[in-house]
Amino acid sequence: MGQIGAAAMPLIVGGIVLFGFLKNVEVFDTFLEGAKEGISASMRILPTLIGLIVAVSMVRASGLLELLCSLAEPLAEAVGISPEILPLALLRPVSGSGSSAYTLSLLQQFGPESETGKIASVLASSTETTFYAIAVYFGACGYKKLRYTVPAALLGDCAALVFAVLTVKLLG
Amino acid sequence: MLNAIWFGMILSSVVCALATGRIGDLSTAIMNGAKDAVELSIFLLGSMCAWLGFLKIAEKSGLTELLASAFSPVIDRLFPEYREDREIKGKMCMNFSANFLGLGNAATPLGLAAVSAMAKKNKGTAPTKGMILFVVFNTASIQLLPVNMAAMRSSCGSAEPFAVLPEIWITSFAALVTCVLCCKLAERGSLRGS
Repeated sequence: MGQIGAAAMPLIVGGIVLFGFLKNVEVFDTFLEGAKEGISASMRILPTLIGLIVAVSMVRASGLLELLCSLAEPLAEAVGISPEILPLALLRPVSGSGSSAYTLSLLQQFGPESETGKIASVLASSTETTFYAIAVYFGACGYKKLRYTVPAALLGDCAALVFAVLTVKLLG
Repeated sequence: MLNAIWFGMILSSVVCALATGRIGDLSTAIMNGAKDAVELSIFLLGSMCAWLGFLKIAEKSGLTELLASAFSPVIDRLFPEYREDREIKGKMCMNFSANFLGLGNAATPLGLAAVSAMAKKNKGTAPTKGMILFVVFNTASIQLLPVNMAAMRSSCGSAEPFAVLPEIWITSFAALVTCVLCCKLAERGSLRGS
């Protein structure tokens, strides 16, 4: 199955270019035309990225995550999950690379087939980097009022945490 | 909203670092964070240009329209305001396909292209309900094969890296449904309020 996943990108690129060629599109010229827009788009999101990543790396270095998690530890014990899951749930919406690294450490510590390892795997791959997506998409367009975007997205992340625990406990 | 969250993150980490004696680590973290962001954006610059290039080919050849009409039954119901807009529907479908296939690096540029196209049509100062739903879709994750996770699991000695696939599908679907329901309920609320 892993090979199918690895083949997805080259097959799509090949398919797009072949389809364009068959439809008599000047593929390279058209590619350049589109690629040019990528430069300004990346520059538009750079300030957003700097603001967000600086804040995330400050939170991670300050020990705030550990503090929050130690406060929520009794809750985790009451539900019957190991408290090490909680930092992942907090880290996942803000940092993609941070949550990957943390998931890897959980898998190494508990083993990939353990309950904690499975919950971590499910949780990490069932949601996206919420704040990154919101900040990048709406930051690039310059919107300031986001209305109900953040609450709706965060409720989705909460649902992911609940379902990750439930599915692993019931199916695994 | 983001203003408050950003302020909260920075202030609470300064206070927390002062309390735990990690203030030295914090100054390194600030500089490293800024450096990481620039590195990430250089990495993104490449994939951004490449995928916007491929997107242009797909649009000119009519491939995105084909994709948009294939997805129409679902897309039209979720995004009724863009029912007639083939360009936006095509871009949204390209983003959804990239997400579904687990091509995160392609999904961001394609999603940005879709949101920018929607922003061009939007006269107001706040995002439309369609834009919000689209961005919230991108904060959830629907993946056919979570390849990165499987690679991570097998690197830790998992005999069955894809063993948690059903759990991942159920969980990500439940999260996505929650997001969509919240958006649809909030849409009604804000319509009544305005």
